[in-house]
Amino acid sequence: MHAPDHAVKQPFGLAVSRLRWRRLLETGFGWHLRVVLGSWMGATGLAILLFFAVVGIVGPWIMPHDPWEMLEPLQAPSWRYPLGTSDLGYDLLSCLIEGTRSTLLIGLVSGFVSIVIGGNIGLLAGYYGGRVDQILMRLTDVAYGMPFLPFVIVLISLFGRSKYFLILAIVALVWRTSARVIRAQTLSLSQRQFIRAARARGCSDMRIIYRHIVPNIMPLLLLYTAFNIAWAIGTEASASFLGFGDPSTITWGTMLYDLWVSGDTRIAWWWFVSPSVCIVSLVTALVFISRAYEEHANPRLRGR
Amino acid sequence: MTVLEAVNLRVVYHTAEGPLQAVDDVSFQVEGHDIFGIAGESGSGKSTLMKLLLRLLPVTAEVSADRLRYRGHDLLAMDDRSFRRQILWKEISLVPQTAQNALNPVYRVGDQIMEAIQAHSTMSRRAARLRVAELFDIVGLEDRLAESYPHQFSGGMRQRAMIAMSLALDPGLIIMDEPTTGLDVLTQERILRNLRQMHAKMRSAIILVTHDIAVIAELCSHVGIMYAGRLVEQGPVRAMFQAPFHPYTLGLKNAFPDIREMDRKLISIPGSPPHLAPGARSCSFAARCPFVLPECRDARPRMQDVEAGHQVACTRAGEAEELRRLARERETWRSSM
Repeated sequence: MHAPDHAVKQPFGLAVSRLRWRRLLETGFGWHLRVVLGSWMGATGLAILLFFAVVGIVGPWIMPHDPWEMLEPLQAPSWRYPLGTSDLGYDLLSCLIEGTRSTLLIGLVSGFVSIVIGGNIGLLAGYYGGRVDQILMRLTDVAYGMPFLPFVIVLISLFGRSKYFLILAIVALVWRTSARVIRAQTLSLSQRQFIRAARARGCSDMRIIYRHIVPNIMPLLLLYTAFNIAWAIGTEASASFLGFGDPSTITWGTMLYDLWVSGDTRIAWWWFVSPSVCIVSLVTALVFISRAYEEHANPRLRGR
Repeated sequence: MTVLEAVNLRVVYHTAEGPLQAVDDVSFQVEGHDIFGIAGESGSGKSTLMKLLLRLLPVTAEVSADRLRYRGHDLLAMDDRSFRRQILWKEISLVPQTAQNALNPVYRVGDQIMEAIQAHSTMSRRAARLRVAELFDIVGLEDRLAESYPHQFSGGMRQRAMIAMSLALDPGLIIMDEPTTGLDVLTQERILRNLRQMHAKMRSAIILVTHDIAVIAELCSHVGIMYAGRLVEQGPVRAMFQAPFHPYTLGLKNAFPDIREMDRKLISIPGSPPHLAPGARSCSFAARCPFVLPECRDARPRMQDVEAGHQVACTRAGEAEELRRLARERETWRSSM
């Protein structure tokens, strides 16, 4: 059907392999690096996050002791116990490293799950509008109405203390913000000319949503991914501190809870300093990273 | 060969304020290799007509028609799925309005055209890539530009890219919605010249929807004038511009400048289009028509042949000579207020 006399021509006049490379750098991982490293906040955040990630990954090999092994109780930091010990004689550095693993895991899992749920709900509500929008957004309003602590208390008392229900509780509350924001953005995008043109070309709804709208809201999605992870980590810490954590898992929040329960808060300063510093710096790091994406999503913030 | 045959197309929008008859008994034919222009002011139903052909109307629109056939396919009997599979883009494609904004900013222009090709045909990636290069050639863009993003294009280039996309599968009918609106005059001229050259080389017929009479005069072989949801006059472009029959067409002619009559003052048609409530029994132009007769308000004039291929819906079509003479007088239009 189409003229074969053009067949010899090099398409687009570029070698295909070189093209793939360039494309990978422009749209793949390289793009994220450029966005995040483009601002000092993003770079700092990424450095801190990487530090914790490395600690989490190599954790089992760098722990000085078994975090569950009872050694000398309530020791101040020393060469033998760099961050001191708890009232039951657990080495706090080992606990902190073990806690890094589970804190990151719970945070990442609930952060990602919540952006997947919230993102999809926002996309569907914003794209379809009408009744779909009404139902999904009223659902979001209900989620907004749920207070966190009573919800966790009910959930935990029904199902027992487990990290899976903690993740569930966090996800159930974190997705709502992303759903609203992404709905708003989708709503305005789906009225844009190029989305209408795609529809006129016969693109299916799913294709329009995931191939045409999602790439356009990518910076926003990433911003909320980072934000959700930060929120999830903070929430996990507070829920654990209040005693709703999984007793068989060490997180930074449960370390603080153990301290509170032991009643040694006034004596053992070393016991709360390290987990608190970790929580604060990891959450800050994630907020910094989300700020870098935000600068990309909202150019007005650039250069401030 | 008749490409598109439409008989009595009707579209009613059901709105909160009651129904609106946006397209009312519109019948026309597009032949083989024609460029058929549809002209009309805003709200005359030309966009609705175009959306009807592409099945882009919202759910609030109720469509009915006596016949709608594209090259032997009965479009009325076809469900949405088979329309999308067999007709859309393969046979009937679209250059959307404000085509400068119709490209997705995050994809390369060439990739977007490839998406359209691959979605509607079984062409391989490589063949599609070659086709894009070929299409760029046809619309006068360098083929390396397929690697660019839309923001690297000028308005005119984006317009060409959209035209290339509409040509992608060599369709039998291309619907162009205001193809030159929003472009500067020089770019308009280039696009129009380009369109004419392209059209000479391909098999497609074109339906050109516009409010710009100049574009129609420049490109089209046939033209239909729409007013308040109805086609009031249609025929070959030359006849329509030289000797129009319908008072509305006469008024339109007065309202556009003509380079051959530089000293002629433009005359506009007083009043505004009527409300589009369904079931109106009078001629839709009666309220603004300077030549209105009592019977114009009692019955809707039917389309009648006045010359070969030239039809008009006006009770006074027989007195056209006289009306044309009167229509040139400014006084005629003033008195109708």
